[in-house]
Amino acid sequence: MTRREQGPLLRVSSLTKNYSAIAGCRDVSLDIWPGEVLGIVGESGSGKTTLLNCISARLEPTMGSVEFMTRTDGMVDLYKMSEASRRFLMRTDWGFVHQSPRDGLRMGVSAGGNIGERLMAVGDRHYGDIRSAASDWLEKVEFDLGRIDHMPTTFSGGMQQRLQIARNLVNGPRLVFMDEPTGGLDVSVQARLLDLLRALVSELKLSVVIVTHDLAVARLLAHRLMVMRGGEVVEAGLTDQVLDDPQHPYTQLLVSSVLQP
Amino acid sequence: MTGLQGSQTRHGYNFAYLDEHTKRMIRRSILKAVAIPGYQVPFASREMPLPFGWGTGGIQVTASILGPDDVLKVIDQGSDDTTNAVSIRAFFAKTTNVRTTEKTADATVIQTRHRIPETPLQPGQILVYQVPIPEPLRWLEPREAETRKMHALEEYGTMHVQLYEDIAKYGRISTSYDYPVIVNGRYLMRPSPIPKFDNPKMDNNPALQLFGAGREKRIYAVPPYTDVKSLDFDDHPFEIQQWDEDCALCGAADTFLDEIVTDDKGGRMYVCSDSDYCGERIAAPSAAQ
Repeated sequence: MTRREQGPLLRVSSLTKNYSAIAGCRDVSLDIWPGEVLGIVGESGSGKTTLLNCISARLEPTMGSVEFMTRTDGMVDLYKMSEASRRFLMRTDWGFVHQSPRDGLRMGVSAGGNIGERLMAVGDRHYGDIRSAASDWLEKVEFDLGRIDHMPTTFSGGMQQRLQIARNLVNGPRLVFMDEPTGGLDVSVQARLLDLLRALVSELKLSVVIVTHDLAVARLLAHRLMVMRGGEVVEAGLTDQVLDDPQHPYTQLLVSSVLQP
Repeated sequence: MTGLQGSQTRHGYNFAYLDEHTKRMIRRSILKAVAIPGYQVPFASREMPLPFGWGTGGIQVTASILGPDDVLKVIDQGSDDTTNAVSIRAFFAKTTNVRTTEKTADATVIQTRHRIPETPLQPGQILVYQVPIPEPLRWLEPREAETRKMHALEEYGTMHVQLYEDIAKYGRISTSYDYPVIVNGRYLMRPSPIPKFDNPKMDNNPALQLFGAGREKRIYAVPPYTDVKSLDFDDHPFEIQQWDEDCALCGAADTFLDEIVTDDKGGRMYVCSDSDYCGERIAAPSAAQ
């Protein structure tokens, strides 16, 4: 099947989330197609994270709908399906990479256990298989295999983040949400992580929604870009187009604010 | 079970210490627990005249089901004569005047801390466990709201992470007590800190098994003849403990053994942890073989 016949993987229609009187995000619509990386950029407080939480079924929107193309039942509204199937979806077809690895990892469980957890959660009951899948993934994220039984607390920030990515990708999700995956890492580690992410995304044909305030990250990873400000999308388009020829004054400000070394 | 026992009160206390309304409330929780095997039913746990952690959950369950005709046995780590067992037995003897026994076969209600008697239980008997932490998912997930949701949606896959960690660290499943089980093919349950040696005894047991957690305010149950399956991996199946020696007193080769240090020169012996079972075998060696 071609992409067009398949339709979008995730469809968000006029999504609004209000926090009492304040709008977290307002009237956002977007489609994510299979294999596409969508970047959401904007300053702090612009509603990026609210939007990400709403479309990843972690925060119910005030208005609007979020539909996902399930493997069996076609397009399904996330907030109308049962909680059981929504949670099943979250641990099979989806991944979520948190900014802080501490939020996404079990810090009291070894690296191998962290990766194996998602396999066991969907019913894998063969220790040898789980172990070899964990080793494979550690290799893919450039880990020293000798550290498979070490605790995440003994890893550096960059290693923890790579472990979190492996843990999310181990059972072949189709859609991965990332919230500032490179935040808090130093520049050389960031570069390595971005390189790894880019390779994995194209190898696995993943769809990714990545939220970042770092335009360089967006430039490297995202195919398409959405610029948010005050809860609204002010500009959207192909990444290079938005960054090289920004139309909206805010986007122009954002692009011109980037420090050139 | 018990009616109003006003005439039998002693020192101004009601039969079995708790008032009748409390006992009725606990019995209702027990009925619900029996109806949903392995499900943790909240109940309004009372203060008892001993600290939480000393068996207050088990005592409240026992107090609620005890009638004047019952025969009570209390064991602590398999033994009838350790502090916890002696004081709980004395407590019920004082507040109910029921007959107490050390013989497993004679008891109608057995309150236990950390063992299941070696003598097979019979239909009609009730085994009451003292439970410190009822929630099997607690080590993995500290939020109560989340663990309840995991039970409701039967999301137990992550429980195997604990066993995975054991094998990764020690090459085998080293969890040796409080070994998680699935009850009736549905609810994940913590069997209280009994050794995993006792886990197979819970499966299809003819006796009713009740679990009381006083501090955590939960009651759960395994009705008679219910499937109880210990978690494991396909390539690391569930195993029980084994010893190189037999019991030094009665010679039993198939019981749970305690190691007893006999002097300060490294001398030690292994004896049955179930003192009643061991004593019976010594008293009637021919019958035991």
